[in-house]
Amino acid sequence: MVDKKISEFLIEKSLFLTAIFSIAIILVIIIFILEEGFPAVLKIGFFNFVFGLNWIPSENEFGLFPMIIGSIYVTILALVMAVPLSLLSSIFMTEIAPENLRKILKPAIETLSGIPSVVYGFFGLTILVSFMREVFGGTGFSLFTAALILAVMILPTIISVSQDALRSVPKEYKEASLGLGATNWQTIKNILVPAALPGIVTAILLGMGRAIGETLAVMMVAGNVAKIPNSIFEPVRTITSNIALEMGYATNVHYQALFASGIILFLIIILLLIIARYIQNKYKIDIGST
Amino acid sequence: MNFSKIISPKMAQKIMNVVFIISGAIIILILIFIIGYILFNGIPVINLEFLFSSPIDSGRSGGIFPMIVSSLYVTLVAGLIATPLGVGAATYIAEYSQENKLVDLIRFGAETLASIPSIVFGLFGMAFFVVFLHLGWSILSGGLVLAIMSLPTIFQVSEVAISSIPNSYKEGSYGLGASKWQTIYRVVLPAAIPGIATGVILGLTRAISEAAAVMYSVGASIQTPISIFDPGRPLPLHLYMLATEGISLKNAYGTATILVLIVLIITLVSNYIINRYQNKMMGK
Repeated sequence: MVDKKISEFLIEKSLFLTAIFSIAIILVIIIFILEEGFPAVLKIGFFNFVFGLNWIPSENEFGLFPMIIGSIYVTILALVMAVPLSLLSSIFMTEIAPENLRKILKPAIETLSGIPSVVYGFFGLTILVSFMREVFGGTGFSLFTAALILAVMILPTIISVSQDALRSVPKEYKEASLGLGATNWQTIKNILVPAALPGIVTAILLGMGRAIGETLAVMMVAGNVAKIPNSIFEPVRTITSNIALEMGYATNVHYQALFASGIILFLIIILLLIIARYIQNKYKIDIGST
Repeated sequence: MNFSKIISPKMAQKIMNVVFIISGAIIILILIFIIGYILFNGIPVINLEFLFSSPIDSGRSGGIFPMIVSSLYVTLVAGLIATPLGVGAATYIAEYSQENKLVDLIRFGAETLASIPSIVFGLFGMAFFVVFLHLGWSILSGGLVLAIMSLPTIFQVSEVAISSIPNSYKEGSYGLGASKWQTIYRVVLPAAIPGIATGVILGLTRAISEAAAVMYSVGASIQTPISIFDPGRPLPLHLYMLATEGISLKNAYGTATILVLIVLIITLVSNYIINRYQNKMMGK
């Protein structure tokens, strides 16, 4: 009997250890990235690092600003393309599509999310880049091409999370609206989407996080010039591509500066997650009390 | 402009129906176009020699056997490490813990881990596993990075699976005098297997597709890795190098096709097996 109690106790404690492992590993990640990256921030100066316009490692100039702007531009443009399409298709899938169409769309979206990002990049490189070159001129490697690939890549994330949000709207809301004589579209527009809005915003934030973090697919089609682009058809370099491109040969301050850009990325992602969590908790659908 | 004054609600409904159908169709077309394009160009390249021989002249010709081995190897290492950790954590949260700050923190930790950009994992993997732990560029370093990356998915999906097991199952087991762990091990976990398996497969699909995270931890060797301390070059990394260094477009199409097929087959086969197991458990 005592043996049994001890083994039950040991099992519980070891399961507890596995549970806190993910927090421990995040701490280790943060410590290592800070340790490697922080000296660069001190040497370069925070202001020069974040707002500096020139990234010229050979001359010890490490201004990340063009890359920060690059990441922001690419992400925003990808969202502009992906959000309307994702919302329409998630509403279509939860509210309108007949069962057999849903059975095609669901695995289609799962497959899209399963395609490796390098394959997206390769697809972009072999077909989109030359298409863009033909149509819009220039090299074809551009902010627009990168955003287009990213838009496709974040579709599944936004669609699946907004579907969850739409499904969690209580049936009563919808029935009440239809009962008052509203059409299906009026119900969707006036009741369903507003009620699911916090979840939809979360979906968009998650898509945004994925877009900012994506590396190779963007790098393969963006042209990677470390300069703020003047138009969407000019090449662009993101924070992630900058790390991936230069990590292989960077030494000393250059090496540390790349880790410091990792810190910036990490902070952006944590910020997005905290906002998403806040929105989710604050606007939880609470049936009955309102 | 107020459209509702010009367009009647019925008309708006009709228009929107068309818009919705178009949006669904666009998604399907994108998928067909991408998969079709890759397979159309890649299938002709694939034959037994391509699958089972080593690359010649850094990939200009020859096959991709060492890359297939590297991919399976790093994914296996990742799975062996991440599965017990993820399922263990999910079991603890679902069965042992109360809802409190710590549990909330653990969930937030998993969410954060799931959202960290892969290149940041790449940086960490290089600084921690390769340099600090002296594991060098190796299958082990790459596998460890991928384990951390697939951990949150395995944890999150398993937690949902374990918590959705009805209480009546557990009560039946307790009623027969089983201890808590016996109940979990003999009743709860077997019943949750389809969900847990889904989580593991989703996590490992992410691992096998990843290139940026392992770029600076697994090396880029084109030798077939034997020991876990050997460097390797997983398929996604090989595809990246073939494509961007302009080495061989033909072999790049072949590699992309194999990669897409692996992911598709894993997803289809596992869905099929999970469904069958679920039906069996439900007594169908």
